[in-house]
Amino acid sequence: MTTTITRPAAERVVHRRKRDWSVAGRIVLLSLAAVLVLGPVLWTLSTSLRPPAESFQLPPSFLPLNPDFVSYGQVFKQLNIVALVINSALVTGLIAVGQMITAALAGYAFANLKFRGRGALFSIVLATMMVPAQVTIVPVFMLIRGVGLSDTLMALILPAIPTAFGTFLMRQYFMGLPADLAEAAAIDGASPWRTFRSVYAPLAMPGLSIVGILAFNFHWNEFFRPLIMTISEQNFTLPLGLVSLQGNLGTGSISVVLAGVVLSMIPALVVFMFGQRALRDGLTAGTGK
Amino acid sequence: MSTASDTRVRTKAVRGKAQRGASAGQPGKTRRSGRERQPWLPWVFLAPTIVGMGIFTVLPIIASVALAFFRWDIISAPSFVGFDNFAEVVQDPTVRVSFLNTILFVVVAVALQLGLALGLAIMVQEKLPAWLRVFFRSAFFFPLILSAASVSIFMRYLFNEQFGVVNWLLSLVGIPAVPWLTTPGGSAAVVILVYVWQNFGFSFLLFIGGLASIPVETYEAASLDGATGWRKHVHVTLPLLSPTTLVASVMAIINALQVFDQPFVLTRGGPGDSTRTAVMVIFESAFQRLEFGQASAIGVILTLIIMAITAAQFRLSKRFVFYQ
Repeated sequence: MTTTITRPAAERVVHRRKRDWSVAGRIVLLSLAAVLVLGPVLWTLSTSLRPPAESFQLPPSFLPLNPDFVSYGQVFKQLNIVALVINSALVTGLIAVGQMITAALAGYAFANLKFRGRGALFSIVLATMMVPAQVTIVPVFMLIRGVGLSDTLMALILPAIPTAFGTFLMRQYFMGLPADLAEAAAIDGASPWRTFRSVYAPLAMPGLSIVGILAFNFHWNEFFRPLIMTISEQNFTLPLGLVSLQGNLGTGSISVVLAGVVLSMIPALVVFMFGQRALRDGLTAGTGK
Repeated sequence: MSTASDTRVRTKAVRGKAQRGASAGQPGKTRRSGRERQPWLPWVFLAPTIVGMGIFTVLPIIASVALAFFRWDIISAPSFVGFDNFAEVVQDPTVRVSFLNTILFVVVAVALQLGLALGLAIMVQEKLPAWLRVFFRSAFFFPLILSAASVSIFMRYLFNEQFGVVNWLLSLVGIPAVPWLTTPGGSAAVVILVYVWQNFGFSFLLFIGGLASIPVETYEAASLDGATGWRKHVHVTLPLLSPTTLVASVMAIINALQVFDQPFVLTRGGPGDSTRTAVMVIFESAFQRLEFGQASAIGVILTLIIMAITAAQFRLSKRFVFYQ
């Protein structure tokens, strides 16, 4: 009897020692992956903080020990970065707000209001997600040109506001809210609009913030549409401005280009720090996780 | 069920009835009066999205398909050419090479992306100090928030043949400088590596979610049956993860098929046509050569490929995916 009890215990010790090793091994592998992921970003940051002449210094340094902000001053001189930031902020902000409003309204209708053809219409909305934006860009470009909006910020903003994914997300969110709230509001004499405006919309704020953050992340970083829709430099957004700066400078002053890259990352970093959860939920929404 | 949602559109007038609850007979009446009252109401909510999508998505899709049968350079009037655009596009060596490049890119990049994501997700989800788990998860997710254009800008410097950090690291282990961006093979490798670097975090997130939904008891049962280490993952994790794997691969494939930013900034499609992709030829034929009909034809072909893959997903999920 006693031997049968002690033997598993001994095995467990061996097992645990083995497990300690496997934990250590895993941490080493994961750390290596983390270094490969974060290394290039750290190099970008530290190179932007070195004088242009030392950009290609080897061995490279990954930590900005003696920060030098010359390159940041140069970015403001060589690139109209203030205009780029304003353009990017305007485009991204208006798209995000526009998407939040339209997606909340449509999502509410699909979730809580009854009308003929609801299922069919929702299927059409979902089906549009399958068609890549690059395929519709030619007719959209013609349309924008036709109404005289080519080479304006509106050409970037208007087509991006109706959102199939946002509508889908908000429909899910509204369906998750209790239905008795509408009943209670009706008893209190609230009109359907008021029920939406004062009862459901405030409760849907977490869902709306996911739509907003996703829109911000996507359009702040967007390159393809600005490349096609804008022609004059005064209408460029940040990614486009930075790519053209790199093209103009060749490999001359890398640290200046990298300083611009670092500046353009700041809003994304803020979102990463404060909205990471919402961003993760949004990105994986609708994948049946 | 139907009465519960009907009450949501009830107005002041039906208040008394709502108060009495869903007694038989009355819901039918109130529903009718509710509809007569404001049948247009849902359409007010829907209008911005439906009108916007009609103008900026549905019409362009129809126009794009129609345009594929015309020759049009914006300047002169469009002329109907039947399937000529498709015939020309299919025979055009640049278009052919670009589609081949895209398919090769998708196969290699998606395999790398999914393999890395799955391996790292399994390692992160196993026993690990909590703060480390949070750190690794955030680190692998981080590249997703950057713009592909910015990433390609700094990666181009890192892969510079003479002064780049990558070749410097390789020189430490005795590997001679690799001509990354000046040879077809090197350029293709850089585009793939940079793309995977930025996007594996998305599949990683999906796998983390999938792993979290596998009940612990399954593993306990497997351990009792003597399964350890790798065998546990091969026989328990992989089958139970198959729904996630299917979703992750379809999303990764669809995204990779549309790759544009990385090759455009890193290589401009070169050297030669070695890193030109399907979306790049759409862009070039439309906005550089003003052959809008041909661009639409290429777009239609790409969309058909994407739809075929999505349809295949539904078929496959019925056959091979193991649901609990």
